[in-house]
Amino acid sequence: MYKIWLIFQREFLNRVQKRSFLIATILIPLIFPAIISVMIYVMMKQEGSAGIQTVEVYDLSGRFQLEKTAKYRFVPVSGDIEKVKDDFNKSQNFALLYIPDFKLSEPEGIALYTRENPSIRKIEELENILENKIHDLKLEQFNIDPTTLQRLKTDVRLNSINLSETGEEKESNTGALYILGFVLGVLIYMFVLIYGMQIMLGVIEEKTSKIVEVLLSSVKPFQLMMGKILGIAAVGLLQFTIWVVLISTLSTATLALFGVDMPQQQAMEEVSRQMQADETARELLAQDDKAMQVLQSFNEIPFAFIIFNFAFYFLGGYLLYGALFAAVGSAVDSQQEAQQFTFPITLPLIIAYFGLFMFILNDPHSSASFWFSIIPFTSPVAMMGRLAFDVPLWQLLLSQLLLVGGFIFTTWIAARVYRVGILMHGTKINYKVLAKWFMMKH
Amino acid sequence: MEALIAKGITKRYTHHLALDDVSITIPEKTISGLLGPNGAGKTTFIRIINQIINADAGHITIFGERLQEKHIGMIGYLPEERGLYKKLKVGEQLIYLARLKGLSLAEATARSKKWIKKFGITDWWNKKVEDLSKGMAQKVQFISTVMHEPRLIILDEPFSGFDPVNAKIITEEILALKEHGSTIIFSTHRMETVEDLCDHIALIDKSRKILEGSKKEVKDTYKTNTFRIEHRGPFSLGDGHYELLDQKTIDEDFYSSTVRMKEKMSPNQLIRDLTEITEVHSFMEKIPTMGEIFIKLVKGGDHV
Repeated sequence: MYKIWLIFQREFLNRVQKRSFLIATILIPLIFPAIISVMIYVMMKQEGSAGIQTVEVYDLSGRFQLEKTAKYRFVPVSGDIEKVKDDFNKSQNFALLYIPDFKLSEPEGIALYTRENPSIRKIEELENILENKIHDLKLEQFNIDPTTLQRLKTDVRLNSINLSETGEEKESNTGALYILGFVLGVLIYMFVLIYGMQIMLGVIEEKTSKIVEVLLSSVKPFQLMMGKILGIAAVGLLQFTIWVVLISTLSTATLALFGVDMPQQQAMEEVSRQMQADETARELLAQDDKAMQVLQSFNEIPFAFIIFNFAFYFLGGYLLYGALFAAVGSAVDSQQEAQQFTFPITLPLIIAYFGLFMFILNDPHSSASFWFSIIPFTSPVAMMGRLAFDVPLWQLLLSQLLLVGGFIFTTWIAARVYRVGILMHGTKINYKVLAKWFMMKH
Repeated sequence: MEALIAKGITKRYTHHLALDDVSITIPEKTISGLLGPNGAGKTTFIRIINQIINADAGHITIFGERLQEKHIGMIGYLPEERGLYKKLKVGEQLIYLARLKGLSLAEATARSKKWIKKFGITDWWNKKVEDLSKGMAQKVQFISTVMHEPRLIILDEPFSGFDPVNAKIITEEILALKEHGSTIIFSTHRMETVEDLCDHIALIDKSRKILEGSKKEVKDTYKTNTFRIEHRGPFSLGDGHYELLDQKTIDEDFYSSTVRMKEKMSPNQLIRDLTEITEVHSFMEKIPTMGEIFIKLVKGGDHV
């Protein structure tokens, strides 16, 4: 144990004392809020400066008297189409909308001319406007009074409330937890990959610099491997802790700067997608309300629970994959050679990453989500995403138990490959060779 | 007491037998040469002593005790493939390696400084190894091998990479270590080194030990009772106890001849016989060099 501790110290200090560690640890938390601030700033600026854009409407059907919206003003134009196009090109207007005479049942041939490629969002917005207009025209065709129509529209927002087993009602903070779970899941994915690679590179370095033979005359291969894995884990945890502290301090500061405007800003953006001008106000209110709800629910997150689980899955996932990375590092002579072996290791991790998006965040209680969060190779990423959705305790415990078993298992396999591989030079490595090393007496 | 007794060491890899029932005894406070051609199994044997790998069969006794993990600190090992952490400073490196061998932080620091001073390289303390020349790094590596004052020191090709000046410094250190009671095992191909330094020899070839003993014993075993004589005036020997292998002129009527005794007799007898037929100017027994013995055994030996 003492020797593992010595190696642990060495690995830890070596990395922490490096300038690159200091830079990464301090710069990244600075960069993130900076990027966010810049994005918010640009967004605000754009929303402000863009103002209302003018769309010329060349309407042959004569039915499209489009109303002004938050973003677009519609100006009817007529005359020779070639001349209209020519005039449009010389103007500052955003677009020219060409509407042929068409049957309401088959709206075809509508075209949008612009000088630059418009964004998909803008096209969608205009499509929405047209669809709504056609919708209204159709209703009019069926002789439905527009005021009746207005009254038909309702806006329902669900307040999601969980009924806990004790029958107590608690407002679900799904929104906030969803975001948190997603972020933590992705973080674990990134950390395991980045620090796993560090283990591998460290092992390759010891092997290629030949110091390993000197080391092995003093320590057991297992001690060397574990000392390295644990030392790098400590570096990761330290870096992460510093990031959390720095980011939360800086974000608070950043939010204070923009905070007042932010929910409205988001709401504005949402609203701009909505076309009915008269609805804007109501929507704005609703959005604001929703944002408030998310913010409020952040206060209700069981942070101790989340932090414990994050630390657990972070370490568990890291140890599980770290051992495998160490084994790969021990087997190869160079980083290039390692690539063919790192892919199969990272594959389950990548699958877990996609599983997080495809299954867990969509339907956290589906059987796919269940298996993703139980199998040790995917559970560190997947379970973080699921935590938001009240995972049954037995599933959580089973998943954690299997993860512990999982990393003991991979460490055992890795140690057997490592002890042989670390002394082998210039061997052509394939899976058969690795299996042979695994079986070899030492 | 014996520093090391290896008994029946066998190590098999999937496709070949690296060591086949090798038994070697290394007397304490000697310099022993572990010789053998490339691939004979020397490195495997050294790795087994260092507990880097385990033997399939046989056992090793070190200073009277069965080899265990606790003996790690008693052994210093300089592998043939030298290696240090390139990015680590010399001082930190030495301290770290010494601590892995079991020294306390304070002790490791004190001894590192002492050795650095001894070698006159104090200003290297804060240099990274990657900034040192190959010879400089070798010195650092040598220090790391002996710093924990091991009773058994195993040096694999210790002089490779050293210029003659530094090789001499290292040689002196090795002899001083022996004086202080350490036992040293050399693994080398350089026969001059063996000739100059070793007291004891073990030769491994094709996974087997084929020769072992003190240098004198070995040489006695392999000497051929051949003598080189410089003399004035030619002579010839009949079909007696002697055989004239070679005779050539050195200068005018000075000759150099090689004579072999057909059976073991006193050299004095040969001198007596020679003085009767020629004027002897010099007389010397031809003792085989370690290189000659090595080549003879490894090449044409009866062990296949």
